[in-house]
Amino acid sequence: MSTQFLTISPSPHIHSGESVNKLMYGVLIALAPALAVSFYVFGLGAVIVTLIAVLSCVFFEYILTKYLLHREPAITDGSAVITGVLLAFNVPSNLPWWIIIIGSLVAIGVGKISFGGLGNNPFNPALVGRVFLLISFPVQMTSWPLPLENAWQLADAATGATPLGLIKEGLSTGKPLSDLMQEVPSYVSLLLGNVGGSVGEVSALALIIGVIYMLWKKIITWHIPVAMLGTAFIFTGGLWLINPEKFADPVFHLLTGGLLLGAFFMATDYVTSPMTTKAMLIFGAGVGFITIVIREFGSYPEGVSFAILIMNGFVPLMNKYIKPKRFGVKKNG
Amino acid sequence: MSLLTINNVKTFPKGGIHPADHKLSAGVPIKKLDPPAQVAIPLSQHIGAPATPVVEKREKVKVGQLIAKGNGFVSANIHATISGIVTKVDKVIDSTGYKRDAIIIKAGREGEEWADGIDLSDDLITEITLEREDIIKKIADAGIVGMGGATFPSHVKLSVPKGRTAEYLIINGVECEPYLTADHRLMLEKGAEIIVGARLLMRALGVEKAIIGIEKNKPDAIEKMAELTANEKGITVQPLKVQYPQGGEKQLIKAVLNREVPSGGLPIDVGVVVHNVGTAFAVYEAVQKNKPLVERVVTVTGKDVKNPSNFLVRIGTPVMQLIDAAGGIPEHTGKVVSGGPMMGKALNSLDVPVAKGTSGILLIPNEEAKRGEIKPCIRCTKCVQVCPMGLEPYLLMTLTQKEMYEEVEKEKTMDCIECGSCSFICPSDRPLLDYIRLGKRTVASLIRERNN
Ligand code: SF4
Ligand code: SF4
Repeated sequence: MSTQFLTISPSPHIHSGESVNKLMYGVLIALAPALAVSFYVFGLGAVIVTLIAVLSCVFFEYILTKYLLHREPAITDGSAVITGVLLAFNVPSNLPWWIIIIGSLVAIGVGKISFGGLGNNPFNPALVGRVFLLISFPVQMTSWPLPLENAWQLADAATGATPLGLIKEGLSTGKPLSDLMQEVPSYVSLLLGNVGGSVGEVSALALIIGVIYMLWKKIITWHIPVAMLGTAFIFTGGLWLINPEKFADPVFHLLTGGLLLGAFFMATDYVTSPMTTKAMLIFGAGVGFITIVIREFGSYPEGVSFAILIMNGFVPLMNKYIKPKRFGVKKNG
Repeated sequence: MSLLTINNVKTFPKGGIHPADHKLSAGVPIKKLDPPAQVAIPLSQHIGAPATPVVEKREKVKVGQLIAKGNGFVSANIHATISGIVTKVDKVIDSTGYKRDAIIIKAGREGEEWADGIDLSDDLITEITLEREDIIKKIADAGIVGMGGATFPSHVKLSVPKGRTAEYLIINGVECEPYLTADHRLMLEKGAEIIVGARLLMRALGVEKAIIGIEKNKPDAIEKMAELTANEKGITVQPLKVQYPQGGEKQLIKAVLNREVPSGGLPIDVGVVVHNVGTAFAVYEAVQKNKPLVERVVTVTGKDVKNPSNFLVRIGTPVMQLIDAAGGIPEHTGKVVSGGPMMGKALNSLDVPVAKGTSGILLIPNEEAKRGEIKPCIRCTKCVQVCPMGLEPYLLMTLTQKEMYEEVEKEKTMDCIECGSCSFICPSDRPLLDYIRLGKRTVASLIRERNN
């Protein structure tokens, strides 16, 4: 055999087989249970919202990469699909189709491509899209269809508030919290998904199954979710102990709104979260803290999206100054 | 093996990977190959200055005769590995891929002739008669270098610098590279000799304690060595978790003794000297049997190799002969590596001679020989998670690409042990270590300039 056919390359000569595609499809698999529950709870509306979001995100990714970045689009990497699903997860299931397309354009175009595509965007694209919609279309973005009842009819679904919305509104009219808590769904419903809200935040259980899968497959590490939920739990727990008539209990906070969805799937986004475990803990804690500040003291009932985007902004700084423990270097010198 | 040793498995705390270990030749006893008809013995098989030839063209040499002398302190002697005639000193391609000086010896007709005073019997000699300096001198004379692949001259490692004291000797039987089994077999078949070698090294260093570190995927070797050391005062066996790079000096010391070699420092800075099991065996042969380093165990392996084997071969034997002895080169071989898959060197010729540091020959099939297409970094942090030195490979690569060498240095690029874990894990197939090496080279020359 002639040796000139031998490949010469530096070590290592083997590879783990990890690939961007595998990781991204892993995330999609982890999202599947929540997607299934939302289809079941919100019916056709959720299916349509998800389809439109995914298709338009992939479409914009393709077009913009090709004609703006002048690169061969890598849509098969699955990242645009994830952005689409996450965007859909963060909107009501009766959102008009054209609003979703605008959201996708902003998510992919502004959130991702304008920074140079996958790997370069400082802010979570799906959240960029979502927050843009929330500010531009506040009415459509906060009228939530009631679960189950009208799941499979399209037109004129009755709408209701989310549990967090109910509480926020009630408190502002002076009702005591204990009365309001009667009106919100039971914790079991919150866990299983029988509540009003965004497409993806309905079932805590489905999200937990997803995150267990991601941890098992080593797609993400525990640091960000644990720091984020731990901080939120301790913070709301403290407030609740001080004044249970004004502040909801920590379990309610964990199970409602986008906290779990955010902690598992959005704060953990590779590109927009920090690179070292130490920084991940700080990042997660920051998101948890800001979320609760917005929920309890801000004017929006929900603050996960804003909290993540705010902390996304600090990531470059954290990456610059928070370093891993170097081998052979003492802590203080 | 006592329960204690099984349960007390240690490892290094940060980073590391778990490649499939493919130890195909683990059950295959070491086979002695016949001396080849011709050898090419490189003058530079060690870290440091190349040796200086002390034989002439057409000179007749015996096996074990000195043919090139170590040139200065950090260098190593080189001996004839077959008997015959020196035909020339020529440039041959060695495992670095470059043409470098080597002494070519053609075997004589009349059968093997060994240099005087070499004990070729299999008798185990356990009694140690020599003193410290004499042991070190014997080791230097025999041309022994780190046999695990590092090829650092062993006598240099044994000369403890002033102001430092050695406290522990660690014998490295980890063999954490996938595929390789040379050390494993050596422990099984030459365990007693290795222990005498360890004793010699202990005396040379003036230490009372030695620890033999072995990864848990070699339970028979752990058992064997534990048995042999049961009545040896001061020598213990430490089972280690299967985790690459467990055999890296710094990781091994951290795992075994929980001591951290300081950044930029040496093991002796924390009172430790590490030698490989192959080195311990060579030390035994040199001191007890008067036999210089003329042969070594080489694993020849690969997924498609017909008979993955462990061969005892003369240094200077062309790699191709080893491959032939293992059943020939499989079709669709895409790459031939000298050493293990994580840190070995790809060969550009199969005429490359086996050298003192050649621990294995790995034949990689075509489909695995090519790297994946490089994609953008998705900042998954996997490279940071696996780096055993606490570095940020993604960042080192980017900074090196941007030629920001001051930052590269600040980010501790010089601490990289080139284990390859980062490139191995990267889902975007980024050639992290390639760039880190480039960065290290550049920073090293900048440091040299600064110090001049
Ligand atoms: S492993 Fe590769 S993709 Fe992941 S952070 Fe490191 S360089 Fe980037
Ligand atoms: S940076 Fe160096 S030490 Fe760290 S994983 Fe990569 S090769 Fe190994």
